[in-house]
Amino acid sequence: MNFIEALWAHEFLRVALAAGLLAALASGVIGTLVVVKRITFMAGGIAHAVLGGMGVAHWLGSSPLTGASVAAVLAALLLGWITRRGGEREDMLIGALWAVGMSVGIVAIAHTPGYSTDLMSYLLGNLLMVSHEHVTAMAWLVGLMLLAVFVFWRPLVATTFDEEFARLRGLPTLAIELGLLVTVALAVVMLVQAVGLVLVMALLTLPAATALLLSGSIGWVMVLAATIAAGEIVLGLGVAFETNTPAGAVIVLCSAVVYLLALTGQRMRRRRVT
Amino acid sequence: MIDSASALVFDHVDFSFGQRSVLSDVSLQVAHGEFLALIGPNGGGKSTLVKLSLGLLKPDRGEVRVLGLTPDQARPRLGYVPQFATFRRDFPLSVRETVLHGRLGLRAWWRPLTPQDHEAATQAMAATDVQDLATRPIANLSGGQLQRVLIARALATEPELLLLDEPTAHVDTRAEHDLFGLLARLRERMAIVMVSHDVGLVSRHVDRIACLNLTLTCHTAMPLAPGVLENLYGMPVRLIDHGDRAALEGVL
Repeated sequence: MNFIEALWAHEFLRVALAAGLLAALASGVIGTLVVVKRITFMAGGIAHAVLGGMGVAHWLGSSPLTGASVAAVLAALLLGWITRRGGEREDMLIGALWAVGMSVGIVAIAHTPGYSTDLMSYLLGNLLMVSHEHVTAMAWLVGLMLLAVFVFWRPLVATTFDEEFARLRGLPTLAIELGLLVTVALAVVMLVQAVGLVLVMALLTLPAATALLLSGSIGWVMVLAATIAAGEIVLGLGVAFETNTPAGAVIVLCSAVVYLLALTGQRMRRRRVT
Repeated sequence: MIDSASALVFDHVDFSFGQRSVLSDVSLQVAHGEFLALIGPNGGGKSTLVKLSLGLLKPDRGEVRVLGLTPDQARPRLGYVPQFATFRRDFPLSVRETVLHGRLGLRAWWRPLTPQDHEAATQAMAATDVQDLATRPIANLSGGQLQRVLIARALATEPELLLLDEPTAHVDTRAEHDLFGLLARLRERMAIVMVSHDVGLVSRHVDRIACLNLTLTCHTAMPLAPGVLENLYGMPVRLIDHGDRAALEGVL
């Protein structure tokens, strides 16, 4: 049975595909902002703090989603505050948050009796295991995120582009920047559950980086990045299904290959011009 | 002493960063429609004076009034062109989109762009001669072109006072020359305060030169009296005039 036939036959594959396409939308919009604002490392810090939050929530016996969301929002606000204060070896603090978040998660998980979920599934994720409810929750979150980006479009782009100028034009740039970080954090939470930490980093960077090679207008970059991510996720899922390979890792590798191809194409075109 | 008819007033302003005094007892009045150049050595307080005018910094003592208001109140009516681009050159934004950012803050942020906004952006791009570049991504611009786009962004706010912090620091002589031509045309509509390091070129175009090094001394246009620059820079200085370009050279 090939991937297309299997899609018709198996409900879980259709759910996985829906989750993947929602993740692609989030990756296109949020990933573009992360890449142009150069906060990939910060998003990575938040993603690993999420693991800490999930572990602690498990240990306390509450829902991992709550733990993850609380940890993500706290990490985002903390990082936003650190960046605003400036100077204080920002990258070091992000790295520390990264390691501490992950360690808290591992310690908490180790001390939770009867807890047996494989840590690997949080690292590389498993799109094929995503539940119906999770997809519905993802759809809501993605919808809200797109609405927020649409409503705040001008101030958001202006602040992301040139914070000082936006501040001088009277925009509440601190609120906008913290809002962006919290949105990134919530997107990370949603994506970690579906596709895992490693794939979150890939989805937040590679499709947007590829789209940036193709367009010079941020709106189009978002549309392109979402489309590219969707293509990569479908391709990755198909390849993973046919070759019985973990889907997350295959999608990451697909994204990397597409980016390299786009980069090579751009270099060759530029050489021909000069 | 505070004159609401002036575009910019500094009244006995002191400012320091921690222990280091940057401005001491600085008083300055810039009239509407006046073009003032601010020169002085690095660290002499030029950018600080601009930031005080914008309300980004607050004076320790004395008062700053802009268009008869406090800097915070007057901010929507100010245009500002920064010394260094405070953004990433590779940001995916077209020239027109960048210039339209100047229209922010004139009305509530959630309002959509109006035809007037687009008209103001178009006029600002025409004034700085970048309308042909409107759809170009800013990443593809030369230094001089980007500088004109930044001025267009400031002009799109339809300012009554335009503040430029060393706008010619990163462009070649030709672009610098064009810029002065442009500013000369704009001064009919607004007061202009420009920080510059190029005394020779500046003196041909401005009404007044203010020399700032902790304290401020004003001079009406050229020629500067002998000894003025030496006192300002604290070393022998000569003005070299080659053709239409004059430059300041420090002799160490």
